Amino acid sequence: MVRGWQDRLFNTGIYAIMAVVGLAAVVPMLYVAAVSVTPYAQVLKNGGYVLFPSEWTLAAYRKIFGTANLLQSFKVTLFITTVGTAINLLLTALTAYPLSRKALPHRNVFLFLVVFTMLFGGGLIPTYLVVKATGLLNTIWALIVPTAISSFNVLILKSFFEQLPEELFESARMDGASEALLLFRIVVPLSMPAFVTVGLFYGVGHWNQFFAAIMYLTDRSLLPLQVVVRDLLMQTIEQAENPENMVPTVTMQMAAVMVASLPVIIVYPFLQKHFTKGMLLGSIKG
Amino acid sequence: MKAHASETGTARMPSAERIARHVRLLWKFKALYVMLIPGMIYYLIYKYVPMYGVIIAFKDFDMLEGILRSDWADPWFKHFQRFFDSPYALELIRNTILISLYKLVFGTAPPIMLALVLNECRVRWYKSLVQTLSYMPHFLSWIIIYGIAIILLSQDSGIINRWIVEAGGKPIAFLTSTDWFRSVLVGTEVWQNLGWGAIIYLAAIAGIDPTLYEAARVDGASRMRMIWHITLPGIRHVIILLLILRLGHILDAGFEQIYIFYNIHVYPVADILDTWVFRTGLEQLNFSLASAVGLFKSAIGLLLVLGSNALAKRWGQNIW
Repeated sequence: MVRGWQDRLFNTGIYAIMAVVGLAAVVPMLYVAAVSVTPYAQVLKNGGYVLFPSEWTLAAYRKIFGTANLLQSFKVTLFITTVGTAINLLLTALTAYPLSRKALPHRNVFLFLVVFTMLFGGGLIPTYLVVKATGLLNTIWALIVPTAISSFNVLILKSFFEQLPEELFESARMDGASEALLLFRIVVPLSMPAFVTVGLFYGVGHWNQFFAAIMYLTDRSLLPLQVVVRDLLMQTIEQAENPENMVPTVTMQMAAVMVASLPVIIVYPFLQKHFTKGMLLGSIKG
Repeated sequence: MKAHASETGTARMPSAERIARHVRLLWKFKALYVMLIPGMIYYLIYKYVPMYGVIIAFKDFDMLEGILRSDWADPWFKHFQRFFDSPYALELIRNTILISLYKLVFGTAPPIMLALVLNECRVRWYKSLVQTLSYMPHFLSWIIIYGIAIILLSQDSGIINRWIVEAGGKPIAFLTSTDWFRSVLVGTEVWQNLGWGAIIYLAAIAGIDPTLYEAARVDGASRMRMIWHITLPGIRHVIILLLILRLGHILDAGFEQIYIFYNIHVYPVADILDTWVFRTGLEQLNFSLASAVGLFKSAIGLLLVLGSNALAKRWGQNIW
């Protein structure tokens, strides 16, 4: 009976550690949420303890959507996330499908071209010059075209396609189906879990887009959400520099953080089943 | 398969006929090649042209003249020499490797321990709840995490500093002091990667032969002993493999994170090769010097990745 006692102690320890991990993951975000809906005066008065605000208001949200270019940047981010991800998925599928077909002559040459870019790249400056030369500077396409395909995601789709049963292709080809028909009518519908995974990776990448924007864009109306949120966060640090600027309060900053993170936080749990598998497929090639 | 057989059968034919047959073979796959066209154009323009563009590291790049007509640097290693003669070269390389190593040292164990703990949990809903919550930070951008860092750690409004002050201490400038900045980088990275990093170890644990546990239970081993003698040895090869692969990326210290988090006060401990290249190239428009340093980093990085991959292959090939 000593076993039962030990086992219970062990379980308690396990559950306690898990509780700490779970809370550590979400409490910072909950705190951000709490600050964002608490009247600013109350935040100051309570010395910051507002995990459970007694009164709450959406004033900070109204203010950031009213004054900053947050609304415009939200539209930009929505556009690059939807259109960008659609383009990503189309091009990645078109690249991964031929590469998944072992009979394709010279397949290894193309595969090498794809994989080599994961090992070596021209770097920041030469890439910037190419983006400039192709006329993308200061257009919204600078956020979409230069990152149109990720080799990592090509490999995830390719290995998923390779696991589809060969007979499927045989019989479809027997019926005279073209390759394009095969891809879009048979392969794509059967590979939905892989597409969800890769789509999530691309989508989150676009939603969190920051670097391409500060590298390639100067037009303020094109800046995506993350850049505008960063500007709001930086303003307190350098607020003294320009007194003309509206100084965002901490509540407004946290409201901006919420706006920029909530959509992703809401979406990812629904796709979890798929992406854990996709992550494993990808890390084989790591 | 059939295609390959007929191809080898053509070895003795006259060459014109052989080429014709090969073309016919390619023609058979024309639809697939057409599909590859857009992707290959993308790779060519946005991946391979920039690789060719690294030659500006050996030129005195002039914006007006363009890459091809700019003069060659004299001597050809001029920009590399300028970098290595400068006082910051050593500092940048040291910061890059140190930050990377700290992340490796402090970031490896937590996901493994989380995977072990999750694996021992017998309550399914609780396990999947904690797992789902632990993934969340992975999906947050560094901007968001910086926002969280401000509200928790900043010197005047951060809640942790309020606690310190209330407890009678002096506020700590976590985000702007050279003593604390690297800890902030490592801490936020560990926080972001904890749950996500555990996925791979959980999968490895799931692959352990369950009869091993049965046998141990019959022998009266405690669960702690089973973790130590069965689970950990069972995922040892995955742990080592991932460590080797991470070592291959030792020069990637986390460009995005550092660029977003750092400020002029912490440059001495935070400035890495990537951030320096970014500032020198795109802010000071010194394209050739920045490209030279970028090329130096990519070249060493390529060698490290190839080396670590070879090592990983020798160690344990395909484990899944």
